[in-house]
Amino acid sequence: MSTLEILFYALSAFAVISAVMVLISKNPIHSVLWLILVFFAISGHYILLNAQFLAIVNIIVYAGAIMVLFLFVIMLMNVQSDNEPQKKLFTKFIGVLSGGSLLTLLIALVKQTVQLEGKEVMMKEGTIGLIHPLGKALFSDYVVPFEISSVLFLSAMVGAVIIGKK
Amino acid sequence: MPIQYYIFFCLTLFSIGVIGVLTRRNAIIVFMCVELMLNAVNLLLVAFSKMHHAAGLKIAAASTAGIDAQIFVFFIMVVAAAEVSVGLAIIVMMFRNTHSIDINFLNRLKN
Repeated sequence: MSTLEILFYALSAFAVISAVMVLISKNPIHSVLWLILVFFAISGHYILLNAQFLAIVNIIVYAGAIMVLFLFVIMLMNVQSDNEPQKKLFTKFIGVLSGGSLLTLLIALVKQTVQLEGKEVMMKEGTIGLIHPLGKALFSDYVVPFEISSVLFLSAMVGAVIIGKK
Repeated sequence: MPIQYYIFFCLTLFSIGVIGVLTRRNAIIVFMCVELMLNAVNLLLVAFSKMHHAAGLKIAAASTAGIDAQIFVFFIMVVAAAEVSVGLAIIVMMFRNTHSIDINFLNRLKN
C-alpha cells in the first residue's frame, strides 16, 4: 500500500468518525469543534488531490469564518445542553433507517455503474488546482459570476442586518 | 485511486448529514449537518475534476480540462458563506421570539 492510499484511508476514517461525533455529542459546542475537525480532514483530501487553493480557502472560509460564526451564535444564545429537546426514539430509528437505506441504495447504484469502472483520480500531480490557472480562469471566463457574487454578498449582508434588527 | 472510493466516502459523509437532519431537533445542529452535506458534495466535485483532468491530459499535454469544477466549488463556498450569515440571523431572530431553538416550534408557521 502506498503512502497516498494510507493517507486517503486515514483521512477518510478521521472525517467519518468526526462526522458521527457531530451527531452524537450532546453539547452544541462540542459538535461545532468536531465539525471543524471534519473540515480539516476534507482540506487534507484537497491537498492530496493537489487542489491547494481550495484547501486553503476551505480552512479560511469554513473552519475559520463560518464555524466561528456558529460558535459565536451558540455562545450568544447560551443554550443549556441538558434541557435540549430530544426526538422520540422511534423517530430517531426511522431517521437512521432512511439515511442508511439512502446510503445503501446509492452505493449499490455506483457499484454497478459501468461508466465509472477503471477511471482513476489523479492524485499529487496536475496543475489545475494551483492558484495561477484558477486565477486565470476566474478572471477571464468567470469574471461576470465573480462580480455578481459580490452583489450576492451585499444583499446577504443587508438581509442579515435587517433580520437581526427586528 | 479509483473514483469509486471517493464516491463511497462522499456518500457516507452525505448520509451522515441526512441522518443528522432527520434525527436532531436543535436548529443549529441541523444547520451544521446541511454544511456537512455541502462539503461532501464539494469534495466529490474536486475528485471528478481531477478524474477529467487525467483523461484530458491523455489527449493534449497542455489541457486544463476539469478546471471548471474547481471554480464551481469556489462559488459554492461563496454562496455557502452568504447562506450561513442569513440562516444564523434567522435562527437568532427565532430564538429571540420563542426562547428556544427547537425546530418543532417552527410548525406554527403553518397557521
